[in-house]
Amino acid sequence: MKSILSFSLNGAPVEVLVKTTDTLLDVLRESLGYTGAKRGCDAGDCGACTVIVDGLAIRACLAIALTMSGKEVVTIEGLGKQGDLHPLQKAFHQHGAHQCGFCTSGMIVSAKTLLDKIPNPSQDEIVEYMSGNICRCGTYVEVAEAIQAVSGGKE
Amino acid sequence: MTEYVGKPMPRYQGLGEVTGTATYVDDVQYPGMLYVKVLRSPVARGTVKGLDFSDTLKVPGVVGVLTADDIPGVNIYGVYGDQLVLNPQDLRYKGEPIAAVVGRDEDAAQAGVEAVKLDVEELTPVFDMFEAMKPDAPIVRPGTTSNLFEYDEQGTTTRIIKLGDVEAGLKEADHIVEGRYIEAIQDHAAMEPQVSVALIDDAGRLTIHTHSQCLNYHLAQLCPVFGLSQSKINYLGGRVGGGYGGKNEINCDHIAGLAALKFCAPVKYRLTRQEDLAYTGKRGAWVFDYKTGVMNDGRIVASHIKEYHDSGAYCGFSPYGTEKCGMFASGPYNIPNILIEANTIFTNRYPSISMRGYSVLNGQVAADVQMSRIAEKLGMDPWELRFINAWRDGDMGASRYVVDGVGALEAMKRAAGMAGIELPDKLLQMSSRSR
Ligand code: FES
Ligand code: FES
Repeated sequence: MKSILSFSLNGAPVEVLVKTTDTLLDVLRESLGYTGAKRGCDAGDCGACTVIVDGLAIRACLAIALTMSGKEVVTIEGLGKQGDLHPLQKAFHQHGAHQCGFCTSGMIVSAKTLLDKIPNPSQDEIVEYMSGNICRCGTYVEVAEAIQAVSGGKE
Repeated sequence: MTEYVGKPMPRYQGLGEVTGTATYVDDVQYPGMLYVKVLRSPVARGTVKGLDFSDTLKVPGVVGVLTADDIPGVNIYGVYGDQLVLNPQDLRYKGEPIAAVVGRDEDAAQAGVEAVKLDVEELTPVFDMFEAMKPDAPIVRPGTTSNLFEYDEQGTTTRIIKLGDVEAGLKEADHIVEGRYIEAIQDHAAMEPQVSVALIDDAGRLTIHTHSQCLNYHLAQLCPVFGLSQSKINYLGGRVGGGYGGKNEINCDHIAGLAALKFCAPVKYRLTRQEDLAYTGKRGAWVFDYKTGVMNDGRIVASHIKEYHDSGAYCGFSPYGTEKCGMFASGPYNIPNILIEANTIFTNRYPSISMRGYSVLNGQVAADVQMSRIAEKLGMDPWELRFINAWRDGDMGASRYVVDGVGALEAMKRAAGMAGIELPDKLLQMSSRSR
């Protein structure tokens, strides 16, 4: 059984045919070709698939796609692009807050919602908020540095 | 050059990573792409008695199956050429690939795997290295008579590294300190699970999108499997979503490639996180027995080390890892009499492979925990014991290499400083340049 799902993706309306069992991650990656959100565990454990839905960071691998009807979804591709980077993307790049890069898009998306909520987070608040994003390359120190660098609208 | 050395530089290809446009293997899609799921051994040791795909082929969405008979080249790969791509007969570990099912999507392929009528006679497995070394142990490798890897045609199973006279050294020592160190297996758990995409490209070549950590090395293993020369394979890599040694092993490229050749279609074979954890190579287990002779003043005069490495059911990287580990198992210390005896043992566990600081660190961890144990026994500050024995320029390592440009003392001083530990002056005055 397939139904049509309509939602806003990075500011533009989309319509896509989805199965009832599809997750938002399946739809973004496999149906729409937005592969910035990664499939690290498909079980809600790693944070690599983090996207923003109506302002909140969620795990796209846990969200049933059909529940996204009418919502505003923002992915890493919607934050900025080469030549027009979001300050967090710039800071991650400058601070070397990515090694293999597989966790990076999820990290940046989470960090964006952190700064939306707490514009000037303390080190402890950063660590606490980002604890759901796993990085096996171990970039945690640089991730916190990059977030500090742009906090309070510094960059 | 000097404008770059010692300064942070933005990562090459890094803009793709921060914008989400970097293409990892699972990001690659082709129209009409087929998907693979693998039928795996349900037992740690057993014999296949029956394999019937008639129900599988009736599953909606299943396109076909792939068995050992479909392999155009040889059904062999691996560093030591002992592993089967698809094993139709003598199963050696739980999760060993037996056959693959290809479907229009992963659900269909998985339903096809579950519909296979597999008849396996289960045999008693062996998981413990010391059990596996006993004369009546189950034999992991059919057709052999022991579970020890043979390093040469004479059947040498113990690799020996020898410096000086360890027996004399132990006799002369004021104290003997013994310790057994057991190191469990460890998974890489890279954020990117193992995956491969293969297809026949516009030039008629087999193109494979891979996250291999060692392209040429894997290409050399894949050519004989496909029965193709290197010029007929376009092995596309470069983007690795974390490897740490885990992507030094072929897990998907061979099966995806075979399926693309058989079904003349683009094929994706990817592991779920659970499959990746359960079925891909690990840093294997190690056990070390140390017997160290030490003088009252802290000088180590003899070290006898027995090393046992669990290779799992196939060689993986283990015979080499065992040797490399042995070369460093006495640690970065000046010891005049050393005997290291190293064995690689087969068990019915997953084949062991490389991982970060592969094998060297395993021995060094054991060596340094042993140092702490010695210090405790002598009632000596463990820093002092390490400073007294640490290599200086011109000292000799276990395998008779003269060390040079040593920085052990300087590194320890710096580490102590960073940890807020104040070292006594007599240690701070020591240098790696002289003893
Ligand atoms: S892929 Fe969604 S949390 Fe890991
Ligand atoms: S950069 Fe590799 S997992 Fe985070």
